[in-house]
Amino acid sequence: MSWHRKHLLDIESLTAEEITIVLDTARAFKAVGKRTIKKVPALRGKTVVNLFVEPSTRTRISFELAEQRLSADIINFSTEASSFKKGETLKDTARNLEALNADFIVIRHSASGAPHFLSRVLGAHVINAGDGAHEHPTQALLDAFTIREKKGKIAGLNVTILGDILYSRVARSDIWALTKLGAKVTLCGPATLVPKTFEQMGCRVTHDVEEAIRDADIINLLRIQHERQRKTMFPSIGEYTQLFGLNKARLAKTRPDALIMHPGPINRGVEIDSEIADCARSVILEQVTNGLAVRMAVLFLLNGGKGPQELA
Amino acid sequence: MPEPTVILDAVAIQRALTRIAHEIVERNEVSAEVVLVGIPTGGVPLARRLANILSEIWKQPVAVGTLDVSMHRDDLDQRAAPKIHPTVIPFDVTGKTVVLVDDVLFSGRTIRAAMDALNDFGRPKKIQLAVLVDRGHRELPIKADFVGKNVPTALDEKISLRLAENGEGEVLLERK
Repeated sequence: MSWHRKHLLDIESLTAEEITIVLDTARAFKAVGKRTIKKVPALRGKTVVNLFVEPSTRTRISFELAEQRLSADIINFSTEASSFKKGETLKDTARNLEALNADFIVIRHSASGAPHFLSRVLGAHVINAGDGAHEHPTQALLDAFTIREKKGKIAGLNVTILGDILYSRVARSDIWALTKLGAKVTLCGPATLVPKTFEQMGCRVTHDVEEAIRDADIINLLRIQHERQRKTMFPSIGEYTQLFGLNKARLAKTRPDALIMHPGPINRGVEIDSEIADCARSVILEQVTNGLAVRMAVLFLLNGGKGPQELA
Repeated sequence: MPEPTVILDAVAIQRALTRIAHEIVERNEVSAEVVLVGIPTGGVPLARRLANILSEIWKQPVAVGTLDVSMHRDDLDQRAAPKIHPTVIPFDVTGKTVVLVDDVLFSGRTIRAAMDALNDFGRPKKIQLAVLVDRGHRELPIKADFVGKNVPTALDEKISLRLAENGEGEVLLERK
């Protein structure tokens, strides 16, 4: 089976086979990152626009480096210095960028569905780098990559996602990706941030943190997304830390081989104890390394044209 | 569809590889400088088998690597993205004579990509090319140094290989 999609808009519409193609391709690109010369000419002559209409540091840097390592030409466009401030619509901005013959548009936007909208009005390949609280597909792909690399498989593993699920696009993309690949996903956090409705996505919901992490192979911690919360969803940060933060005492009751993941940025002392973030079971920095490989793989796969994969 | 024709059977493949190995020995006086690099997928088992024969002749181990060329292809946006195979070059190619090994030489584009890809690992002293089958129809000025068998083909014919490292295998010519 080969890759035939033009855009990467979400994980929900991908099949398990397609996700696996990305992970397999990413493995090859991770190896490229260990070479003396880390650049390959796969996207030579292609132009990529990084359209970040919502602040981002690590995702933007990761995409930028991925594009550079594939030899693409890059235009960076961010909210701070752009015509959005002058009242231009997203569609007009994107059309202007396309008029410069952009081949790829990587978009981060606070509105859910913004990448889908662009994919309908533009000819370029569109990659979702996070849209509102909807999806963050490359984060889910790098999480799945990290789990598969560390554990050798994904199917059958217990993955607990702990924290602000309601406002988290990472959680939604992770749930789609991991359940499609056969993991058993448990969600945990304050009831206001982890409503039972998430059970419809095929995962388990619990509000008892110790029960949630006891049998977990993977504990994926999420940050409280203050910027997306319209009202206070729990009494105080201190109480959240006390009830749901991952500390030494809680970690002691988990399986000794359980891995700690976090998409970043981490809030030390809030959702995770500082020592735990730096402990041997934490793969937080490897997630960053793997993110680069996964984003190179996504760009490489989308760049492929129509027709058979078979090469003469 | 007509039955495929067997161009090389297991014995003929082994004989061709033995002859190529002797030609490599004849061409390269300093055995320690020679390394083999197979191009996935067909070139990889061939490179290992050639290395085995060469190490018997030279009475010393011959290093073998695997080089995936898909990131260096010139047709990436014209077909579905290729499956990428692992690249393993467990030696420094700088100053070495690298013998690229592939199963079938056709347009020459894979070899161009391979020479580009190899450059990312260092500067070989020389690059030579060994192929089991040369089927013609070159699109680039590339010529093999060592050829197992020249097979004149029509463009609509297909050459397929079934190769195993244990010496089994055959090369088939099919008309589409």
